[in-house]
Amino acid sequence: MSQKKKQRLYIRTAILIILLAAVGYTLYANLNKDNQGKINVGEKAPDFVLKDMQGNTHRLSDYKGKGVFLNFWGTYCPPCKSEMPYMDDVYKSYKNKGVEILAVDVGEAKFIVNKFVKQYKLSFPILIDKDRDVQSVYGVDDLPHSVLIGPDGKVKKVIVGNANLTKNDFKGFMESIKP
Amino acid sequence: MNDMKCECGHVNPVGTILCESCGKALTENAQKEKLHDMRYEGSARRSQTYNKTIIDKIWNFFSSVKVGVWLIVLTLVASSLGTIFPQKDMLPTNLTPEEYYHKEYGWVGQLWYKLGFEDLYGSWWYLLLIAAIGVSLVICSLDRFIPLHRALKNQRVTRHEGFMKRQRLYIDAAITGDQSFAKVKERLKEKHYRVKEEHGNLFAEKNRFSRWGPYVNHIGLIIFLIGAMLRFVPGMYVDELLWIREGETKVIPGTHEKYLLKNNKFILDTYQKGKDNEAFNQALDRVGTVAKNFQTNVTLYKRKEGALPGESGKLAKVKDDEIKVNHPLEFAHYSVYQMDYKPNELKTMTLQLENKKTKKTFGQVKIDLFNPKDVYDLQKGYKVKLIGYYPNFTGFAKDGEPQSSSPIPDNPAFLFRMYSPEHPKGEVSFVAIRQNVEPLGNNDYKMSFAGIETRNVSALTVHKDLTLWILAVGGAIFMIGVIQGAYWNHRRIWLQRKEGNVLIAAHTNKNYYGIKKELAAILDGTGLPVPKDQQEGKKEKEKEKEV
Repeated sequence: MSQKKKQRLYIRTAILIILLAAVGYTLYANLNKDNQGKINVGEKAPDFVLKDMQGNTHRLSDYKGKGVFLNFWGTYCPPCKSEMPYMDDVYKSYKNKGVEILAVDVGEAKFIVNKFVKQYKLSFPILIDKDRDVQSVYGVDDLPHSVLIGPDGKVKKVIVGNANLTKNDFKGFMESIKP
Repeated sequence: MNDMKCECGHVNPVGTILCESCGKALTENAQKEKLHDMRYEGSARRSQTYNKTIIDKIWNFFSSVKVGVWLIVLTLVASSLGTIFPQKDMLPTNLTPEEYYHKEYGWVGQLWYKLGFEDLYGSWWYLLLIAAIGVSLVICSLDRFIPLHRALKNQRVTRHEGFMKRQRLYIDAAITGDQSFAKVKERLKEKHYRVKEEHGNLFAEKNRFSRWGPYVNHIGLIIFLIGAMLRFVPGMYVDELLWIREGETKVIPGTHEKYLLKNNKFILDTYQKGKDNEAFNQALDRVGTVAKNFQTNVTLYKRKEGALPGESGKLAKVKDDEIKVNHPLEFAHYSVYQMDYKPNELKTMTLQLENKKTKKTFGQVKIDLFNPKDVYDLQKGYKVKLIGYYPNFTGFAKDGEPQSSSPIPDNPAFLFRMYSPEHPKGEVSFVAIRQNVEPLGNNDYKMSFAGIETRNVSALTVHKDLTLWILAVGGAIFMIGVIQGAYWNHRRIWLQRKEGNVLIAAHTNKNYYGIKKELAAILDGTGLPVPKDQQEGKKEKEKEKEV
């Protein structure tokens, strides 16, 4: 091949690659537009501050060095209800191993949450996201929505919706973020 | 394949039809032509020259104008299909798309939905079609612009006789007057031609830039497409919906949780007979209620530097505003528009403790449906304790527990324990709208309905578009290209001496009528012959034959 033809081939290849990249990006971005703003695995979990039922302030970054099981829930969501006893069980055994559970209610009346906590005898901190601030940051839509955060503060796993989880699943989750 | 050397000495790229320099026909076909096709100056359109590697094959596919036209036709057909029924985003929210299309449009709607036309303009294949048009535009333009530019740059003054002969305007005749072409030259210059001379031959040219019009136009289109593409880049384009109750403060979606909005009040005004212009009366009689104004009074807050989500106290007020139709709240490239509303959502409910027999009441209990209290003390030994609250009561579970399907009090229900001097241990009553259940036997007291307070919910759309100016620039360049190509004509005139005769040929990319008039004026009184329109002559001959 002559020098000229070679050069032309390179130029054509380069132009086609640029065009393909632009098209590819657009398609990718379009298919992912629903996920925009949501938290992806491997990213740093966004920090937040919320108060629990006793009025204590919990700041996510204060738990650095510990694993955090962050759960968004509501009393009106049946799968959330069925998960709670498992969460409470694993919480008791993993609390001393450096894994915390923060259960964030999606902004219901304190009365309802209080009653629920008493009924299920939950021992982990229950936070109420009254302004739906933290849900917005974490892109919470369907409940339950759980985020596993490792001791390094990075997101390990996100579980959305009713996944029919068993107690063993929760053990696995806690184990995976143990420091 | 090698480059082709013309007898004039110029080396042309492979595939050239007319020598870039002298214009001599290099292919047999071109030599047989009566008139040359001058659209691309007989240059070697690159797509037609190689077809070897896969890259070349892809390139050639997109280089074809035929393919480009087909892509446009396909896109037009697809776009029109999408307009038959409303797109997914435009549907009312009370039904799923599948149900909606079936209910409204029967099996046709169902088929339409199954084929995936409900989100046609956002579908991958529609995007691919648009992208293919973009690619075709780039490649077609490159493949034509570069050879054309080369050919026009390399053209020389003295053209091959065959080239002259095969121009639409041409004549070969004896010179009678102006031997030196001096007068012609002067006149050409008066008409703003750039005149070049070589061995006593003349070449005059003007408005070559008109030939670049289509390519400028395509650049504009491509910028436009890039602008459209940038909408998918995070941060460039936001289009979100925000439902917000009166009194609520909420994060504005799409602002990375930086801005919050408080709904102070939602106002819906209607036209009133007697108050508003009498001209409306007739219409009001016919239609009933007509909305005059939708308005949300809001306060915009910005989260203070370093404040975290959840720290609702750390907000800085930015401004108060009234959002009305066509009067959005504007801040930092965002616009918040009034979109929809839900009137009269329950906020509080007032109940009273009543003795069923005597109908005597013992005080009222006002329950904030978003934040109820545990105990309501009514003094003098009367007290109401809330033991259960179900904001959107849907029925009882198998174990008898009341169920709620959401935290929004659309159908509130309560479980009370009512204390009175007669019943210091309390009586239990379940109260829902138009429902009073006494689960533990007959009670002496009941909670009777005394009133409600409601509030409105406003729906706002949050909009941000940083691509608009790119679209505007693309559109402007597009128009410049159109104007450039449409309002100027690329005109060329050649005068050549040949054995005592003169050959005159002329070419324009459009408007032969204009160049003919111009030529007549230039040659008038110079003794030089006026070129004839060979195409017109041909047409006339054909007509004669037909007759």
